[in-house]
Amino acid sequence: MIKLKCHVGIGPVVEGEALVTSDDFSARYDLDRIKGVFSRPAHKLFGQSYDGKILVFNTAKGGVASAWMLHEMKTRNVTPKAILFNAANTILAQGAALAALPMVDRFEEGDITQLIKTGDHLIVDPEKGLVTITNRS
Amino acid sequence: MIGCCDMKLNEKEQAMLAGKDGPARQWAIEHQLQVGRMFDAEDMVEVSQSHMMADPESLGEAGVAFVEQFAALPKEQRSVAIPMITDPRGVDLTYYDPLGQTEEMANLERRFVAACEKLGIMMTDTCINYQTIMPPVLGDHIAYGDTGVVIYSNSVCGARSNFEGGPSALAAGLTGRTPRYGLHLDRHRQATKRFLVTEQPEELTDWGVLGATIGRMAGSYWEVPVVEGIDKAPTSDALKHFGAAMASYGSTPLFHIVGVTPECHRIEDVSGDKLEARQVTADDLAALRQPFGAKGEKVDVVVFAAPQLSLVEMQQVANLCQGRSKHSDTSLIVCTAPSVYADAQRMGYNDAIESFGGKVLQGTCFYQQYAREVGEANGWKRLLSNSTKIVNILGGYGYLPALASMEACVASAEKGEIVG
Repeated sequence: MIKLKCHVGIGPVVEGEALVTSDDFSARYDLDRIKGVFSRPAHKLFGQSYDGKILVFNTAKGGVASAWMLHEMKTRNVTPKAILFNAANTILAQGAALAALPMVDRFEEGDITQLIKTGDHLIVDPEKGLVTITNRS
Repeated sequence: MIGCCDMKLNEKEQAMLAGKDGPARQWAIEHQLQVGRMFDAEDMVEVSQSHMMADPESLGEAGVAFVEQFAALPKEQRSVAIPMITDPRGVDLTYYDPLGQTEEMANLERRFVAACEKLGIMMTDTCINYQTIMPPVLGDHIAYGDTGVVIYSNSVCGARSNFEGGPSALAAGLTGRTPRYGLHLDRHRQATKRFLVTEQPEELTDWGVLGATIGRMAGSYWEVPVVEGIDKAPTSDALKHFGAAMASYGSTPLFHIVGVTPECHRIEDVSGDKLEARQVTADDLAALRQPFGAKGEKVDVVVFAAPQLSLVEMQQVANLCQGRSKHSDTSLIVCTAPSVYADAQRMGYNDAIESFGGKVLQGTCFYQQYAREVGEANGWKRLLSNSTKIVNILGGYGYLPALASMEACVASAEKGEIVG
């Protein structure tokens, strides 16, 4: 079990499998939100499904409109379980609050896209500012 | 009650949180507490205005239904607490079928407008409210959406706003306040990057390219560029294109221009004198333009938008269109605010543009109005604009965008191919 400390975040405690990339994230331009896959060819997760995954990115991009999009995804039940960033942006954090989608960022141990590996099993606790990798030690 | 112990709340805010002002304001303040806590806000700050970006494409059915539940509340519980205005809509309800927009899109728009009106929101439908509605003033705390609106208001007006996404702008409208983090604080308004400009931008597109170049170099929400070397006060339209492009390329919410913007009479005012200056070179500007430099190719659609056109820009486009007509294979779309549209109608500018064969849309902005679907419905691929912001965005929506001056855009629409 590895414990990673981060800034206090948004949303409830959640458990799930990680999908990790060193790339950034835009809810508006990177996703096919109906199919639940990364649809921008230049994105490192192109073609992969994000549904039910805990996503790990470097940072968030995209304009003000993306604040509504996590909520829209959540109500259709095609949604990531949580999103982790090295640094979130204000817009997506606001969107996570609307959607009650767990989101945390600013990890004390360093680059989160290196510390977590795709397939890792995670527990994300935004209130405590804690992410636990349960399958490794 | 998430976050209630971390931020200081006054009596009024406590009452909202306890639900004494109804469920809309209770949702709003809970939302603000969560966001405030993530960005280390110590308390709330009262704001004088709110501006919401909420086009149906990003709202979806879920977002519309979310606002409708508040619209169904009694009047004292649903009414916004401060003047609240809106960003461009996604559907011009006077002209959508010819664009290939569906009845479903229009109905979503109609429902959302009706819900907003119930809340007492003024449907200004504009991203140039700082030119057309009520510009904020120096030190004014506000909660604005649309990155172009925020960067202009922070930088040129000296107001104080973060990028407030639609839900947060709605929350601010309902509570009359916002969490005090980011640009509401003096410490986040000091310069962090210093740029030296040696060539004076002339046309609006030059300003957009310069803004985009600096935005890309600055590169994050928490960087504040200060720009030296601008030797004459630019117009509001020039700064509009400069800021919108900078925010689009860099997520930058604030810039200072020495001797121009109100917080920076001298470089020392923003602590820029302690920073090493980076010169913005002709090569830097050329590199920014390079991917959008198509010439001699057929153009499907010429777009003037992002930001919406001011009355002055409407006159300029109208003058260029006078006595000419567009090529039969090329379309021309112009987006402006409803208030500007009415003036332009009175002054004959809309007629001049439409006699050319163009279409003036009111209350929308091209990239926020289902640009992908509209492009597919009309077979528009090769797009030309004088907006550095829009050419940046629309590549993600299946277009091949190119950039040219306003004059060259109109000439290209006339010829049907991109002229240099």
